[in-house]
Amino acid sequence: MRAAGHRFAAGRNWLGAYVAAYLVFLYLPVSLIPLFSFNDSIQAAFPLQGFTFAWYGTLVGNSALSGALSNSIVVGVAAAAGATLCGTTVAYMEIYGRSPLAQAVSMISRLPFLIPGVIVGISLLIFVNLLGFGPSRLAIVLGHILVALPTSVLVMRGRFASIPRSMSEAALDLGASDWVTFRRVMLPLSLPAVGSAFMLAFLMSFDEFIVAFFLASTEPTLPLYIWSQLRFPKSLPTVMALGTMILTVSFVIAGLAELLRRRGLSQMTSRPAPAGPFKP
Amino acid sequence: MPQDALLRLEAVSKCFPGGVVGLDSVDLDIEHGEFLSLLGPSGCGKTTNLRVMAGFETPTTGRVVLAGRDITSLRPFDRPVNTVFQDYALFPHMNVAENVGFGLSLRRVPAAEQKKQVAAALDMVGLGDKIRARVAELSGGQRQRVALARAIVCKPRILLLDEPLSALDAHLREYMQMELKRLQSSLGMTFVMVTHDQTEALSISDRIVVMNKGRIEQIASPAALYDRPATRFVAGFIGTMNLLDARFVGRDGALLRYLSGDLPLELSADANALATDGQMHTIGIRPEDLVANPQAGAATAPAKINSIVFHGRALRMHASTAGGAALVIDAPRQAMQPAFDVGDIVHVSQRPGASCVILAA
Repeated sequence: MRAAGHRFAAGRNWLGAYVAAYLVFLYLPVSLIPLFSFNDSIQAAFPLQGFTFAWYGTLVGNSALSGALSNSIVVGVAAAAGATLCGTTVAYMEIYGRSPLAQAVSMISRLPFLIPGVIVGISLLIFVNLLGFGPSRLAIVLGHILVALPTSVLVMRGRFASIPRSMSEAALDLGASDWVTFRRVMLPLSLPAVGSAFMLAFLMSFDEFIVAFFLASTEPTLPLYIWSQLRFPKSLPTVMALGTMILTVSFVIAGLAELLRRRGLSQMTSRPAPAGPFKP
Repeated sequence: MPQDALLRLEAVSKCFPGGVVGLDSVDLDIEHGEFLSLLGPSGCGKTTNLRVMAGFETPTTGRVVLAGRDITSLRPFDRPVNTVFQDYALFPHMNVAENVGFGLSLRRVPAAEQKKQVAAALDMVGLGDKIRARVAELSGGQRQRVALARAIVCKPRILLLDEPLSALDAHLREYMQMELKRLQSSLGMTFVMVTHDQTEALSISDRIVVMNKGRIEQIASPAALYDRPATRFVAGFIGTMNLLDARFVGRDGALLRYLSGDLPLELSADANALATDGQMHTIGIRPEDLVANPQAGAATAPAKINSIVFHGRALRMHASTAGGAALVIDAPRQAMQPAFDVGDIVHVSQRPGASCVILAA
């Protein structure tokens, strides 16, 4: 018994070391960016030279940067709106409608996960040129809807599937048509997930580079702006400062999205309040 | 065919994808104002039957006729029928009043009238003070009553209840059984309840439909079901019953005489019951209709007691006959003089005046 317990403890130590190594591998490279963004040197190298906010100062009043930022926000909001709308309808039809066609559509819409970004970028470039409007913000929006759609479908599908079937049946039973059932019961019950899907889609668009690279005209998005700045060694610290801001915002949005996704899930699965003393 | 039944199922079958048979040619008439229970083990088709009535499942073949009108292909929202769900299915984003008023709001009932009817429905189920409460604040029993109010406020022609009491504890369940019965008779509404609990079905139903493997085994009043089960399945499902293979040995006026091993049995027959000498039947007899005598008599068969179980007012003895048949005998406790012990040989007879039944396979 004793030996077995010992072996178990040793196993736990190994597991702890493995998890630690895994976390370092995941986050150490990323954590270098905030670290160097406060470093009082133009070189991204050790030893650190001292603490400064100067690089953050260079972000203010940079018109190319603020233009790229507003482009990214406009594209992100538009793409997130499109992806959330499509994702919600596709997922709802799969879970609620249960027709083989709806299931096939849902599967196809989750497929872009597997297509390399370069391929998506090139094919969309050809496509928008054929359509006639060519590279533009609209083209990026379309590309980003495609990129974000799988996530929206997955988030919404998870939520719709977690709502007991009796919920929509109760609405139908009480006289609600399919549309009223969706509008008054199923949609309100999945609103947190809609918010979550929207935020995740926005984030995917906001951080996306390859598709935007192929489809951008003269109005770059933020990742494209960063890419363009990497040619100038002296703007590297500014890029680090910008990268730190983006990281922070991304973490906050992703955290909020996860909170929203979980919210209301407990509401539906929770047990009734304890019965209390029995009183006829 | 007379069209006086409120709801009629005509040869309704339901096959699910993958070849699972949910309902197998079910014929059923539901009368105005009755409390009907669909009873059976899980997977017997009772819930599928209810869902066909509600419109959640479309029959593969057969017709559903409500008050003379074919509603087979109508969607749930077009049927004047409402359901109380097993998990209650209250809308968590609405308060009690909004839940109960949901059906009325869809029927374009004026707001003032809605308010009045919602309050009346909640009063009827004893939750008048919870009208503003959130669903999450309610106990299981209260949720159940909100679900009831939400359905009856729509004044359905038939109220369907899917295992409505299964989630409640024993005390509350017994109380709610009486509540359901009271509501049903005061509203004069037709209730159809699915349950797997025979005690529940026996105590509140006017008629019980016993189902097994997608088919109806028997439709009868609780007393008739208990006294005269038609099939082996019903006999085994409702209470405890000895199922004995017995040989027909003769008719004595209105009495049919059988012999199961050495044990003589008699049953009062319908005039048209036909049996020929030597024919084998399965005979059902309740434990309380068997008597364990200390001495052998003219119409007794010896059996050895294998176990004695305390059953409140009675002692339940499990015994086996010389022929190997297992018997369950309930003996009133005060009558157990002298007391029997495990291993004793007793002489079993049919209680005078008690009848047994012939069971179909």
